[in-house]
Amino acid sequence: MSDKTFQMLRTLLAVLIALALALIITFIVSDKPLESFSLFLFGPFRNLRYMGNVIEAAIPLAFAGLATSILFSANLFNLGSEGIYYVSGLVAAAIVINVNITGVGLPILAIIIAGIVGMILSLLPGFLKAKWDVNVLVTSLMFNTIYFGFGLYFLNYYLRDPNISQIASFSFPDNARLKRIIEGTRVHSGLIILLVVAFVVYIFLYKTKWGYSIRMYGINKNFSEYVGASSFGIIMLTHISAGLVAGIGGSVEVLGMYTRFRWASLPGLGFDGALVAMLAKNRPLASLGAALFLAYIRTGADLMSRLSDVPAEIVAFIQAAIILLISAERFLFYWRHKMLLKEADK
Amino acid sequence: MDTILELKNITKIYPGGVVANRDVNFDLIDGEIHALVGENGAGKSTLMKIIFGMEQPNDGQIIYRGKQTEINDPNQAIEMGIGMVHQHFMLVPSFTVSENLQLGMEPTKGVFIDNKRLLEVTLELANRYGFYVEPDKPVENIPVAMKQKVEILKVLLRGAKVLILDEPTAVLTPQETKELFTQLKMLKEAGHSIIFISHKLKEVKEISDRVTVLRDGKTQGTLKTSEVSEKDISLLMVGRDITSFDMLRANHISDTTFSVRNVSLKLENNEILKNISFDVREGQILGIAGVEGNGQVELVKQLTREIPINIGEVKLLGQTIKDMSMHGMRKLGFSYIPEDRMEKGIASEGTIYENIVADRIVQDKFTKRGILNTKNIISKAKDLIKEYHVKTSSHNQKIAALSGGNIQKVVVAREASTNPKFLLAEQPTRGVDVGSIEFIHNQLIKLRDQGSAILLISADLEEVMKLSDQILVMYDGEIVAYFDNKDVSEEELGLAMLGLSKHDESRPRGAIANE
Repeated sequence: MSDKTFQMLRTLLAVLIALALALIITFIVSDKPLESFSLFLFGPFRNLRYMGNVIEAAIPLAFAGLATSILFSANLFNLGSEGIYYVSGLVAAAIVINVNITGVGLPILAIIIAGIVGMILSLLPGFLKAKWDVNVLVTSLMFNTIYFGFGLYFLNYYLRDPNISQIASFSFPDNARLKRIIEGTRVHSGLIILLVVAFVVYIFLYKTKWGYSIRMYGINKNFSEYVGASSFGIIMLTHISAGLVAGIGGSVEVLGMYTRFRWASLPGLGFDGALVAMLAKNRPLASLGAALFLAYIRTGADLMSRLSDVPAEIVAFIQAAIILLISAERFLFYWRHKMLLKEADK
Repeated sequence: MDTILELKNITKIYPGGVVANRDVNFDLIDGEIHALVGENGAGKSTLMKIIFGMEQPNDGQIIYRGKQTEINDPNQAIEMGIGMVHQHFMLVPSFTVSENLQLGMEPTKGVFIDNKRLLEVTLELANRYGFYVEPDKPVENIPVAMKQKVEILKVLLRGAKVLILDEPTAVLTPQETKELFTQLKMLKEAGHSIIFISHKLKEVKEISDRVTVLRDGKTQGTLKTSEVSEKDISLLMVGRDITSFDMLRANHISDTTFSVRNVSLKLENNEILKNISFDVREGQILGIAGVEGNGQVELVKQLTREIPINIGEVKLLGQTIKDMSMHGMRKLGFSYIPEDRMEKGIASEGTIYENIVADRIVQDKFTKRGILNTKNIISKAKDLIKEYHVKTSSHNQKIAALSGGNIQKVVVAREASTNPKFLLAEQPTRGVDVGSIEFIHNQLIKLRDQGSAILLISADLEEVMKLSDQILVMYDGEIVAYFDNKDVSEEELGLAMLGLSKHDESRPRGAIANE
């Protein structure tokens, strides 16, 4: 059995164990455990609308996962997708509200500019890391808060619609919103953008010199330096490209799912991105699957909490169990051991 | 004559599929010196780690003093009376010899350490075994040979009956080796059993009572040392005759390729490098010999600019490298075989083909507008794998799954196949099997004959003497001697390495081309 297959089986088993754990918890807390659990497991497949919910929820997760995969490939533990999502979504909102273009030109312009903004925002922690080797986990988390503060200020004083009571921007013009592409659901054309971006990220990471440099740097930065690659350049490039992807993700989410910009708190996608990237082992195309899976268990839990007596927080258990098992090096270690013995006997 | 320790059918396989030991049998008799020999990568270290509880075998039995046991960690091994002296010393540099010796078992007076008692214990111990150490000196200020004695004493103090010495002579000069052997024989007389790991057969022949040979993780047999010749042992080790051959020295050495002038380095007020100057010329291998820890590592760090060059001047093809990037240096024809291949030489999670042409990908040799030409990369990788005899099932294999020797061949293939103008070879064959050593040596000679300038830095005296056209000796951060490698003996080099004989200023300047 190859290493790849082993890793895949391992991930699969982790997921199964986590689901089993969820089942046990359901049995403890629910009066009708089987019914509740089948809601959780099969609910999302009940009708087209629910399936649509899964896909809608998967789109921002996948963008965040792709951005984080690029960063993790370079072994840069940056959780900054969070703040970038917020600001780039806001920038997209500001553009569609203030710029007067008809037709699809408007959302396209908004997404491009949001992407560029994402690149710039990502560059700040990137530069600090590249120039002075500042711990990127710390700076990216700090920048999340800073960007969110600026964003909320901007929303409150420049974009807020005074005629409604919640914090929300003026409403978007109709042509700014991403078109729905599946009848009966809210799945929007952002899905197509996502598929294109995922493919481009895959090509970038695995078929170009830059992606190669990023991955080698991630494996062993001393090696990468000694063969003549510039660490400074690689760190900057990694951040720019991750920022671009996160920026596009933020704007796509806002223009695809909302009629106004309504985020009064951070969307939480920085950590979700890390989760997706870990599940997908930093592989861009696998990120799509990982995001779908996460969206599926969340939608299922959501349905379960609405229609039964089990709270949606059960998802947190499942996620925690999966992360633990996947990141635990020694999980299935013994089995792997036996396998090696057999292999060596051949 | 009782058997004190017996290993039966030990098998150890590392994750990644490397079979380090397979059905290994080994027994140690009370009061003997038992040599364990084998090429690097034959599984000696793994076997010792198993005895010392650092690794658990996948299969097999350990019988100690007649009882089957499991050794789960080094603490348990120490409790049982097994001690190990590692190749790389495990001492606290800023602590004194006494403090290091009794670390974790210091005599106390109330809550304070009883310094008087500390000293007494050390002196008593040193006297008992006839080891000369300076109890009050910080370990960072004592010579390597003394550090080794501290390590051995440390093990003895903890009551070890069985001593494992992992390549103890690798860091010693010939003279120091002799002294060590006298002491080991005394320990044997005192009733200790010693496992002596080495791949230097001359030493094995001299010191051991019996010898066990490992090859490819399997035992090839245990023999009485007095009944076999070095040649017999080497045959078992390698499985074939090693042909020793005379290297042809370079016949014409011409222009200076790489020049170092007055490089000095101070770190934390210690003078690490003192006024180093030499030239490496086209078609020359200049060797730098010296006991490890005399500034070689720092010199390399200066030449690769891991530590910036502040004092002195280093020029590659007439251009100063002070502010040049590694990319720029490589473009000029700089190549580097690092001492630690895992840390600097490869990206272990990458595939062979991603590693073997890494420098060229970075230099845009295999890319078109940034897109990798994977087809060309793979075909080049396949060529190199063949040309450099890398044993692997596929170019697509993870490089970490290869043996040390094969990994090193990948590094050499990458660094040598670009026809470098200058190659910095830092311990190019450390931890590599005999077959690969021979191959790598031949590659270096070939490069020299094609006109590359090579700086060879090695603690392996044999290697330096075999390959170099000229030899510099480093001692305490200084170049203390210069030899033309025609008329130099091992003894002369050894004395210079110990700092006992020093050439006057003018002679080391022989390493500088006439300007």
